[in-house]
Formats: sequence, C-alpha cells, structure tokens
Amino acid sequence: MKRLSRFALATALVLALAVPAMAEVSDGVVKIGVLNDMSGVYSDLCGPGSVEAVKMAVEDFGGKVLGKPIEVVSADHQNKADIGANVANKWIDVDKVDVIVDLPNTAVCLAVQKICQDKNRINLISTGASVILTNKNCSPTGFHWTYDNYALAKGTGTAMVKEGGDTWFFLTADYAFGHDLEKSTAEAVTKSGGKVLGSVRHPFPCNDFSSFLLQAQASKAKVIGLANAGGDTINAVKQAAEFGIVQAGQRLAGLLVFISDIHSLGLKTAQGLVVTTGFYWDLNDETRAWSKKWSARMNGRMPTMAQAGCYSATMHYLKAIQAAGTDEAKAVAKKMREIPVNDFFAKNGKVREDGRMVHDMLLAQVKKPEDSKYPWDYYKILRVIPGDEAYKPISETECPYLLEKK
Amino acid sequence: MRLQKIGIPILLALALAAPFVVYPVFLMKALCFALFACAFNLLLGYVGLLSFGHAAYFGFAAYISAHAAKVWGLGPELALVLGTLTAMGLGLVFGWLAIRRSGIYFAMITLALSQMVFFFCVQAPFTHGEDGIQAVPRGRLLGLIDLTDNLSMYYFVLVVFILGLLIIRRAVGSPFGQVLKAIRENEPRATSLGYKTDRYKLMAFTLSAALAGTAGAMKALVFQLASLTDVHWHASGEVVLMTLLGGVGTVFGPVVGAFLVVAIQNYLAQMGAWVTIIQGAIFVVCVLTFRRGMVGEVLEFWRRRNAAGPPAPPPGGGH
Repeated sequence: MKRLSRFALATALVLALAVPAMAEVSDGVVKIGVLNDMSGVYSDLCGPGSVEAVKMAVEDFGGKVLGKPIEVVSADHQNKADIGANVANKWIDVDKVDVIVDLPNTAVCLAVQKICQDKNRINLISTGASVILTNKNCSPTGFHWTYDNYALAKGTGTAMVKEGGDTWFFLTADYAFGHDLEKSTAEAVTKSGGKVLGSVRHPFPCNDFSSFLLQAQASKAKVIGLANAGGDTINAVKQAAEFGIVQAGQRLAGLLVFISDIHSLGLKTAQGLVVTTGFYWDLNDETRAWSKKWSARMNGRMPTMAQAGCYSATMHYLKAIQAAGTDEAKAVAKKMREIPVNDFFAKNGKVREDGRMVHDMLLAQVKKPEDSKYPWDYYKILRVIPGDEAYKPISETECPYLLEKK
Repeated sequence: MRLQKIGIPILLALALAAPFVVYPVFLMKALCFALFACAFNLLLGYVGLLSFGHAAYFGFAAYISAHAAKVWGLGPELALVLGTLTAMGLGLVFGWLAIRRSGIYFAMITLALSQMVFFFCVQAPFTHGEDGIQAVPRGRLLGLIDLTDNLSMYYFVLVVFILGLLIIRRAVGSPFGQVLKAIRENEPRATSLGYKTDRYKLMAFTLSAALAGTAGAMKALVFQLASLTDVHWHASGEVVLMTLLGGVGTVFGPVVGAFLVVAIQNYLAQMGAWVTIIQGAIFVVCVLTFRRGMVGEVLEFWRRRNAAGPPAPPPGGGH
C-alpha cells in the first residue's frame, strides 16, 4: 500500500512537472512545412517564392519563438492529393511539423486540412482557392488567408456592374470549379442590377477558344467573364486579343488571375483586363518595401498575392504562439482569432470563427503598355473593396462546427 | 530456381518487418502501385499488349470504393470488392473493343477509352470533380479490426497485395499463361494451333483491369481520398515507367519499379522542381544501359552465370 501511494505520488509529480513543459513548445522546435507546387502549373505563383516568403517571416520574427528555434521545410506535392497527404502525414508523424503553409490545388487542400484537423495541427492556406475550405469542409485549426473564389467573383462582378458593365457573358471551364465561379459571379452581377446574357462551357483544358469567343462577341455583352483559371485564362485572353475583342469595346473580366499570369501574357495582350486581387506589390510604401526585399531574393520577380499571403499568415501564426505561450494547435488557433492582422499585407484583417481571414481586396485593371513606367508596373487600382463586402458573410456559413454551436 | 527458394522467405520477412523501420503510409502506397504495376505487367510482359489506359481501371475503382465506403457506409472489404468488380466490368467492355487491334492502335484505343473515363470523372457529380472524394473512412475490417491504425492497415494491404501477386503467378504459370506467352511470341501460330486468341487476350485484359482496380480501391482506402490524379493519363504513363524500370515480364520487376518511382516521388519531394527531372534522367539511363529493367538484368546475370549460355534477347513483345 505504501509503495503504491509512493508510486502514485511520484507519478503525480512527474505529471505536474511534465504538463507545463508540454504547454510550451513541443519537441523544442517550431517546424513550418511549406507544401505547394514546385514544378507544375502553379509553381510561378507560389512555389519557391512562397518558401522564400515564409523564410523571410521567420527571419523578421527573429528566428526564435518562446526561446525555441524555428525551422522551415518544404516539399512539392506535384498537384497530387495522395502525395500531398503522404507528405503531410509523414511531416506530422515523423518530422514533428507544427504547421503546413500555402497549399495550392483544392483537392490537396481538402486532404491536408482534414489530416491537420485529425492530428491537431494548424494549416494556413494561401494559394488554395475554394470557398468550401471555410464552409462545408471547414476545420477549427484550418485558416484561409489570401483570397477565395467567392471574394474574387463577387469583387469583380459587383464592381464592373457599378462601372457600367451591366451585361455579362461567361466563358466557363466545364468542371465543378468553373461552374462554381460562374455561379458566384452571376449572383453578384444580378444582385447589383446587371444581367447575364448567356454562357458557354468550354472543355478543360482548352486550346482553341475561337468558337466560344465568337459566341461571346455575338452576344454583344459588355463584359466577358472568364470563369476559368491558369492556362485556360491565358489562352482565352491571348485569343481574345487576336480577335480584337477589347479593342472593339467589350471588356474581359478575369475571375482568377495572378500577377504572374499578367507577366507571362505581357501587357500588350492583357491590357484592359479587370481582376480582383488580395495584394498588389506597388500599392504603398510598405508593400513596395517588402516586395523589393523579396524581389532581391527572387531574381527580380515581384510577389503574387499568394506569396505575400504566405508571409503574412506565417507571421501571424508566430505572433499567436508568442501570445499563447505554447505551440499547441487549439490554443494557437484561439489566439490567431483574437489578434488582429496588421502588416503590409492586410490592415485590420480579422480571422473569423470559420477560419477565414477577412481583409480588404483590390479591384485592378491591367495597364496599357504605354502607361507602364517600370518593370512589373502592371495594375491600376480601381477600388479598394472592404473585406466585409468582399467575403461570404459568416451568417451564410455552412461550416458544421459553427452550425452545431448555433 | 534456387534464387526463389531463398529469396521469397527473405522478402516476406522484410515485408513483415518493414513498417517498423520505414513509414507505413509510404509502404502502403508503394504496395498499391506495385500491385497496379504487376497487373499492368500481366498484359505487357506476358501477352505483349501495351495498354496506355490502365489509369481508368485504377482510378475509377478508387472512386467507386471511396464512394461505397463514404456514402453507402460499406466496410473496407466490400468497398474493395466492389471497386475490383467495377474495374473488371470496365476492363471487359474496353478490352472487348481494344483487342481488335494490336500494337500502337491498341495503345491508342485504350488511351482514348481511359480519357473518356477521365472526363466522366471530371463531370460526374459523385466524384466531386477536381475536389475528389475526401475523408473516406477506412472502417473496420470484417467489422473487427480497426484499420485507422496505420500498422493494421499495412498488414491488410500486404495480404491483399500478396493475394494479387499469387493470382498473377498462378495465371502466368498455368496452361492459360503458356497460351498467353505463345500469343505474345507469335499470334498467327497460336491461332493455327486452334487457340481462340481473342478470347485469351480478353481474359488477360479483364484480369489485369480487375487487379488494377483492386490496387486503386486499396489506395483510396489508404489515403482516404480518391482524386483525378489516379484517372489521369499521367498515371497510365507512370505504370509503364514502373514496369519498364523494374523489368517487363518478370514477377518482381514491377514491384521494384513501383517502389523506386514512389520513393523518388515521396522522398525527393523536398527537392522541389527536380523530382520530374531526376525521374526522367533515371528512365533514360535505364533504357540506355539495362533494357531488361533492374530485376530483368539481375535474373539474366544469374541465368548466364549458371548456364554460361548466350544471352537471351531482351523481351520486346509481339506487336
């Protein structure tokens, strides 16, 4: 009996000593894993540039949090959900990674977010687009930082109607993502008093847009909405330029366009395109200062919103660890929701209960070649869209754990 | 055959001990692809038919079993069987169409049919397009063993893999397999001996598709997701790569090839853009230096040492 009580006492002591130690930094290091596309279609808009942005955040934070070192690892998910899931599992189980950042490609996002939720780790999505990540598939420890397709569709749709582009025709990539984008944009257009004259669905991926563009031209709509992404958008814009569509008075609205796409298209082809973006490097002194620092490390390129978002998200995560005094995911997630986001990327950004980071978006138009004064001088900012207006209101949430609370 | 007598127990022991040394999820993935490559090799190595659309059976079975496990709430074993049967049915229909031609035409027909499956998967509502079916429950095996534990899942995968391999070995070693090899070497002669070659080819095709389906269905359970990656033609290309690297027409060749390719994809993921370049370089080196594939070269070396005879011509297939 005596031995038993002594054993119990010893156990209690060990536990008492162990608990506060656990409440600090697990494994004595905070490991950040950047998981994205390093070799495929998205590598320009996130890829190594995102890794560099995360490293800059760690350096600017001082390389240490709560006195423990911060490490950055990265991997290429090759746009395959199984490779993404495999890396995420291994990172968490074997390599003790605490947070997974960036995550382009919705299929990979969904897989990794679920793994992080099950294993109690944080994931910060910057490049991933789908609004379901903070709705139907939300996670208490998953955050969506830079933009989502709802905000882009709504931003561009509403703003263009306000400017007189009140009749629309859609070129839609024929798969769930395209349909979604068309639906959200069409809603925004009709809500602001515009009219959708029609739409045409093109196969995905598509190389020849001529017949679709002719239909769009014949519709006499003032705006042609491109409800597609990546290579499809680039092809559509190029071929629209060949048809002289913009010169003839119709406007193109890109619903998911990154500045790197404009860079590869060139201003001559892309001029006049209206886009919504979460970040523009040349907005003010603060954004310029950070972007130039990044640019010096990336052969003179300028950051996309996704890359800048990675910096902001990582910085916020580290601040939350500092404030929470631990790197345990739930405690950090709680702090991340409490602290406002204030950096060059977002002013008074707010992390909502569903994991959505709400910040102001920018409506921009691609400049004419003669208006561009220096390299990467691509956008004319038409309007700042307040965050609460841009993002899907939380009252319309489909997030299961929020609905349960209600 | 001394090699087999020593080799197989060693391999089995390695397979049993492996999850304690290597990360089990990686091993499971490699085993899924290994079975896929073995199924493919049944067709390329033993019948000489180069199918360029095996992703269709692999990926579609993954969708079916993921849907069965997630939406219909079936157990893992039933989901696996359902995936296999679907792939088998698909293989029967596609095979029936494709075996009317041979060589490059056969490859093109299988590619076209698998692209149809791909576009079906992009569009069909139950696959959720490019989001894929996510959060598939692994469930309990026969209602008893909890498969959420990586270790028990690994042994389940291993058992299915060994069963698949045994089926292939049995098929290849049987009189049926002899006829297949005869068709590979000289189809008109096999016909003149009275064999209905089309029927044999169709049987082999269906068997291969069914096993590819088993592999795909298993992968969906391992990763708890089914996505477009597995029905994309890249997956069809990858399985060709695995089989050629390991050794066409050998039982273990595709297994080695699959482990190699999956290891490159996973362990070199840290190297970023270099993954695909390294993969390409290895392939070029293999094609230039050992045309029989890794296992093929080893077996050839063994054979030559024992027999000291002239080297056999590298297998090419009869198309």
